Amino acid sequence: MNDLYLQLAVAALIGIGAGYLGSFMVLKRMSLVGDALSHVALPGIALALIWNLNPFFGAFTALFLATVGVWILERKTELPSETLVGIFFTLSLAVGLLLTPEPELLEALFGDVSSVNSSDLFITVIAVATIIITTSLISRGLIMGILSKDMAKSMNISVNKTNLIFMILISLVVALGLKVAGTLLMGSLVIIPAAAAKNVSTSISRYVFIAASFGALASIGGMLATGFLPIPPGPSIVLAGGIIFLATLALTPRQ
Amino acid sequence: MSEQILNVQNLTVSFGNNTVIENLSFSVNKNDVVAIVGPNGAGKSVLFRALLQFVPYTGKIEWTKKLKVSYIPQKFNVDRDFPITVKEFLRLKSNNHKDILLALESVGLKNKQDEQHHIEHHLLNERMGWLSGGQLQRVLIAWAILDNPDVLLFDEPTAGIDVGGEETIYNLLKKLNDERAMTILLISHDLNIVYKYANTVLCVNKQKICFGRPNDVLDPQALVKLYGGEAAFYAHEHKN
Repeated sequence: MNDLYLQLAVAALIGIGAGYLGSFMVLKRMSLVGDALSHVALPGIALALIWNLNPFFGAFTALFLATVGVWILERKTELPSETLVGIFFTLSLAVGLLLTPEPELLEALFGDVSSVNSSDLFITVIAVATIIITTSLISRGLIMGILSKDMAKSMNISVNKTNLIFMILISLVVALGLKVAGTLLMGSLVIIPAAAAKNVSTSISRYVFIAASFGALASIGGMLATGFLPIPPGPSIVLAGGIIFLATLALTPRQ
Repeated sequence: MSEQILNVQNLTVSFGNNTVIENLSFSVNKNDVVAIVGPNGAGKSVLFRALLQFVPYTGKIEWTKKLKVSYIPQKFNVDRDFPITVKEFLRLKSNNHKDILLALESVGLKNKQDEQHHIEHHLLNERMGWLSGGQLQRVLIAWAILDNPDVLLFDEPTAGIDVGGEETIYNLLKKLNDERAMTILLISHDLNIVYKYANTVLCVNKQKICFGRPNDVLDPQALVKLYGGEAAFYAHEHKN
């Protein structure tokens, strides 16, 4: 496979996965969770680089442990989760910055999709499929839980379990997105397409579909722009998302 | 004598040192309309949450086996920009379109002669956040009765609805009680409503103040006991 097509495919798939999952994160008012979580990935990436493993696995392991850790601590302590997240995640960033070998630091912080290989494509396909299938399986519980936790419980939906699965999926999407946008910009891949889709949707089904499409569109548009402009792909993709968002503002339906 | 479907004995609910419900006992028969009244903070909503097993309690709560219970909480807010249509919301509970139309008919959101086209475009595909308070409450009731529950727990059916709309919601609940033989437990502030629609009233202010037929038990003494102590109650509330 040609390198450019490979990069485009990986970026577009990640855009779809991030847009799709991001649409539920925005509804759950967890937009910034992706942003905060992405910092935790850094020590994982660093260790993977030191031990010569695929950074994706290092990042996902670190994110998974952090997510489950916060989920448990939230139940065992009186501390609000935003405090936990604040402490835990900035510490991780500090440790990550100390551990990451200097030549790779820039890529870890900003991502570099031009370095992907075919095993990355394979991982991406599996991970994005997992995200989409699992999310659609728990979507009923997710939506009911957002609308009313008590009504969800009265339907025998386990809100806690649904949230844990959702958090693990977020770790997965963040670990994936790091390749494209890095630790600092990853958060935007989940927020921007969803926020733009929300502007132009009245139904959930449309909203979720449009968010995933905008994710793909931003990735492809951003990647193609790097062919003409002397800019790196990560920021370019994020800016393409920004342009889509501004365009949708004009189309927001009003009652 | 009709069949008893709920039996509550010595129910006590505490959060830390704060006892919200104390030693409450009562029972509900099939097809009853039970109004639960009491001042703010009297533990009415907590009572519902205990009946649904959402909060830990001591004492006994016995529902008849295999009873289907539907619950509409006091707080249900959909943001205006939350992208979900009425149809999608109802489908979270049932995928059967016929049942959905039937439920909408029951709550008066669809007339028998309404065309399919009309209902699709003017209600089912409408965004939830754009409904009026009264419409939203009817959609919630439609949601609650979709799977033909035996019992409906309704916390403040008319919160946020204007006076004219209140009457219609209660008429509707009474109709469901008659037509679908649904047992209804509702929390209300309005004593007029209790006299008019409920066959049983349970007055609570942490403890049981009165229980029985409204005309028998809602005497001046009970009302003073129920609402007269309100000031004292508030004074205690800020202790911690």
